[in-house]
Order: sequence, then C-alpha cells, then structure tokens
Amino acid sequence: MNRLARSQTTPPAAGSAQVAAVIAGRRARHRRHATATIVLGALLLGLFTVALMIGNTFYSIDEVVRVLLGQTVPGASFTVGELRLPRAVLAILTGLAFGMAGVTFQTLLRNPLASPDIIGLSNGAGAAAVVGIVVLSLNGPVVSLFALGGALVTAAVIYLLSIKNGFAGTRLILIGIGIAAMLQSVTSYILSRAASWDIQTAMQWLTGSLNNASWERVAPLAIAAAVIVPLMLSQGRALGAMQLGDDSASGLGVRVTATRLLFILGAVALLAFATAATGPIAFVAFMAGPVAARITGPGANLLVPSAFVGAVLVLASDLIGQFALGARYPVGVITGVLGAPYLIYLLIRTNRSGGSL
Amino acid sequence: MLLVLCILSVCFGVRAVSIDDIFAALAGQDDTLAQAAIIKRLPRTVLALLIGAALALSGATMQAVTRNPIADPGILGVSNGASLAVVLGLAFVGLTNPYGQMALAIAGAAVAATFVYTVGSLGRGGATPLKLALAGAATSAAFASLISAIMLPRVDLLQAFQSWQIGGVGGAEWPRIAITAPVLALGALICVASARGMNSLALGDDMAKGLGEHVFRTRLMSALGAVILAGAATAIAGPIGFVGLVIPHVCRMLIGTDHRWLLPFSALAGAALLLASDIIGRVIAPSSEEIQVGIITAIIGAPFFIWIVRRTKVREL
Repeated sequence: MNRLARSQTTPPAAGSAQVAAVIAGRRARHRRHATATIVLGALLLGLFTVALMIGNTFYSIDEVVRVLLGQTVPGASFTVGELRLPRAVLAILTGLAFGMAGVTFQTLLRNPLASPDIIGLSNGAGAAAVVGIVVLSLNGPVVSLFALGGALVTAAVIYLLSIKNGFAGTRLILIGIGIAAMLQSVTSYILSRAASWDIQTAMQWLTGSLNNASWERVAPLAIAAAVIVPLMLSQGRALGAMQLGDDSASGLGVRVTATRLLFILGAVALLAFATAATGPIAFVAFMAGPVAARITGPGANLLVPSAFVGAVLVLASDLIGQFALGARYPVGVITGVLGAPYLIYLLIRTNRSGGSL
Repeated sequence: MLLVLCILSVCFGVRAVSIDDIFAALAGQDDTLAQAAIIKRLPRTVLALLIGAALALSGATMQAVTRNPIADPGILGVSNGASLAVVLGLAFVGLTNPYGQMALAIAGAAVAATFVYTVGSLGRGGATPLKLALAGAATSAAFASLISAIMLPRVDLLQAFQSWQIGGVGGAEWPRIAITAPVLALGALICVASARGMNSLALGDDMAKGLGEHVFRTRLMSALGAVILAGAATAIAGPIGFVGLVIPHVCRMLIGTDHRWLLPFSALAGAALLLASDIIGRVIAPSSEEIQVGIITAIIGAPFFIWIVRRTKVREL
C-alpha cells in the first residue's frame, strides 16, 4: 500500500508538458482501475456460474440460468436453488464483507497488517457468536447481533489499550495479536465442552466454513450489506483523502472524525455479520486490500476492487476446497494456506525495502 | 517452598482425597478409589512440572538470544513448527514411536525458529519485537492451516489430535515422561551452561565480543537448548502458550537479570505456574470436565503480553 510514495516519485517535467503528462497519467490510472474492476467482476461472475454448475451432479449453464430465472427444472431446482445457490451467494457476500472491512482498516490505520483478522476483531466476533450459540443457545439474527457486540467490544478494548501517550499503530497491532490469542482459546474451550461438539462446527468457528450455508444464514448478512455497502461507497472519496493523513484530509474538506467513525462502525458491522454467518474465514480481510492494490495500481479507490477480490478469494477457495483436492476442506483452511505465505511475503518485502512496519 | 506447596495442592481434583490417602498411594497402595485417583494424578503433576520448567527456560533463553522482550516459543511459532512436524510424521509415515516423534518435534521447532528469526531480522533495525511477533504469528497461522489441511481427512487421528492441539497434560503416563525427561534435561543443561554467555549477549554484540565471547557460538548453543526444550515439551503436551513469555519477566523483576540465577529460577517458577494453571483448570471447571492447561495459560498470559507491549516504548517496537 505504498502507492503514496510511488506517485510522489514521478520525475518533474516542465510547463504544459508536465500538465499533459499528469493528465495522461491520471487517465491511464483511471483506465487501469476500471479495467481491473471489470475483469474482477467478470471473474466473480464466472466463478459464481461454475460454483452453481459443478458438484456431485453436473448441470449445464442452460439449466442453471433457468433455475435462476425461477423456472422449475427437475432435480436442478433443488440442488442448484436450495444447496448451491445459498452457498455461492453466502461466499460472495462474506467475501465482499471481509474484503471491504479489511481494506477499510488497512486504509484508516495506514498499515496492511492492521486487518481485522490479525488484530483480533474477527476472533472477537467469532468468540461472541460461539458463546451465543453454545452457551445461550441463541440462533438466527440474534447471533449476528451478538457477534456485532463482540466485535465492537473487542475493537473498543484494543483501541483503548493501545492509547498511551497518544495512539500508535504498531502498538495496536501487537495488542491485537495478544487479544486474538486470548479470544481464540476462549473459542476453543467453549467448543471443546459443547455437547454437540463435532469437528465441522469446530472448524467453522476456528477457521471459517461455508458448510452450513442456508438462506437463513444469508439473510442477516444480505440486509446488513445492503445498508452498509452503499453508505461506505458513497463516502469512498473521503476515505481516500483520509489516507493522506488527518490534517490533509480536513484541509480537503473531509469531516475527519465523522468519516472515521462511519467507516469503523461500518467495517466492524460488516465483519461481524459475515463472521456470524460463516465463522472467521482466515486471512480474507487481510489479503483482499493488498491484492486489490497490486491489481488496480496506484491512486485508486480500493473499496470496490477489494470487495471483489475478497469475494473471488472466498468463492475460489471454496471451490478448491470442495472439489480440487482429495478430501473436502472447509474454505478457511484453503484461505489460510494461501494467506499465511502471503503475509510472510509481505513481511519480507516490507523488511527488505527498509520500511518500518 | 513454592514447589512443595504446589505438589500438595495437586491433590485437588474431581475427587477430593485425604492426606493419609496420598501417603498411602505414594507408598504404592491402590486399594481405595481415592488412592487410585492419586496414582493417576501423580504422573500428571510431574509432567506439568517438567513442561512448565522447560517452557519457561526456553522462553528465558529465547528472550536472551534475540534480546527481545516478547520472545516465547508460542509467539514465535516454534511450538506450532514442532506440532506440524509431529503431525506430518503421524499422517504420512505412521510414526507413533515416541523417540521418533520427539526427534521430529525438535527438528520442526528448529526449522520454525530459524525461519521466523530470519524473516523477523531482515531489513532495518534487526529483529524488532513487532517484526518478530508478526513473523511468528504469520508462521504459526501458516503451520496451523497446514496442520488442519493434513488432519481433516484423517478422522481416525483427528479426535486425539484436537485435544493435544489445545495443549494439555491430562494424558500423562509414566513411560512417556521417562522418555521426555532426559531430553528436557539435556536442553536445560545446554541453556544453563550458556547462562554466562547470555549475560554478555545482553550487553550487545560488540560489547560481548570485546569481553572475549564467541557471540555466534553462544547464540547458536543457547538457541539449540531452547529449541530442544520447546520441541520436546510440545511433542508430549501440545503447544502451550505464554508460559515462556510471562515467567522470565516476572523472575527478572524478582531477582534481577543475571542469567545464572534467572534461568534456574525461571524453570522453578514456570513449573509452579503450569501446575497452578492445571489445578485451576481442574477446580473451576464444572463437574467432571476440566479446562486444558493451554487455555488457562493463554487467559493468564495474554493480558500480561499486552501489559509488556504497553510498557515498551513505541520506537522500540
């Protein structure tokens, strides 16, 4: 996410040539951004179709489209409409939510490592959801609200703990790692003594899984996303300005505190609703932002590309986990295997270039 | 003193027993239910002591070697490296021989330690706490994902593995302890023997060289000892976090920074902490269940970790 530094190193030219070059550069960036976004969207659509087509029985595009249009196709209506569609929709929605939440935190804290799954927010939402389900036997939308509460409390605790002689991003990350370890062990304890403890449930809450996908799980997340996503997108320009620092942003006419609050609340809510539906799918929130930044190039608004990258990641990982390997793996294991090396790569690259994290 | 107290209090558990029964059981009788329970608890107690001592010693040594306040086998991913190695052996070679598992765990721990330290010390400023912690967290997560990927299709191994992964001393048996103890003793010996060298390292590499210390050799030897301890402890009890982090800090506050005293004292205190955690896990849990010791240490240790982070100045992070 060092596009700031990159854009500053444009060599100075003179007079109108310079202006022309700047305009041309801006056009090129816009074009690249638009192309990348469209390609990502197309990729997502393609994966979505594939996810509906393959499975134990193969259905052609024709049949899938007819089911989507509401016609009754013997066999396909149930398999595609009731089993594969909720799963694919849930994959896309959680991917969008994790991707957007991740890039929001990474932008606001100006650090790619400050994503909610590393600083413990996902674990907070997950732990609260597990407490709600196992200990208080809640279900449905109440669990989502519980997860939201857990994530908000975790966010507040981490933020408050990291203030000491002012706020420091590095301290917040380290404290988040500590909190994440603690919440993780709370989750595994509650799971280990749950009566209906089985490995599928446990995996869902520890690494994230789409195996329990159903329309009831999709509904709360879909409603939350329908409210929050447009709100955040409408303020996307302000988020971009915030990246320049609080002073510059307020100089550009951004109401800094209000914007920050809006984005933090929105991101936490998206994260919590997604986590309540599928569990904390490992590393999606972390990977989406940096990957989107690489694809779209410098100076772009990353909210939409990151959301797309997140959705592509979850959908593709779920397909890989289900069909490409010998056994069926929950999606979180696949994203974890992809994401951890990426984190290490990012660390090595940042360390090499001499930047302090 | 602390130790004697702890051994006595281990007699708490799901079933209350009397002092008389304890002595009778120690003398080898197992007539009554209570005495049988004690006989089952004894290996567990010994194991908790051994593991606690090993982890604390390993943590203290890692902190000295990396000159970093938040080094710990759990945070640096060394424990998960050992787990992954054991799991690989179990799943692909069918390795259940305890000696083999121990060797694999130590090898895994060594690989993980080398990798994390290399990644963490790249670039400007060397191995800062933040870089080490992140490299450790990333490596841990990578290993954990790989472990799940390997274990999930193997339903036969999964159940046993799941409880081991959380970290516990409940499944202790004498034969396994007998195998572990000499390995742990070797690791402890290496660490304690390097204590003088660690004192020099604490002054900084240049100063240590000036004092006639072979910096590289000392560091390698100490790290070897720490890795042996962490690997062997993980092989038998699963990854137990935060003991190696908390204990050396507490001990440094109590008795100062001389490693010749700090190391043995850390070992004792670590044994006490793990035993206490195990007792807490058994006493506060409802009825016949118990909370694995790994969970208790995380709940005690994580706030401590946060406290250390808060105390450290930002520019040192």
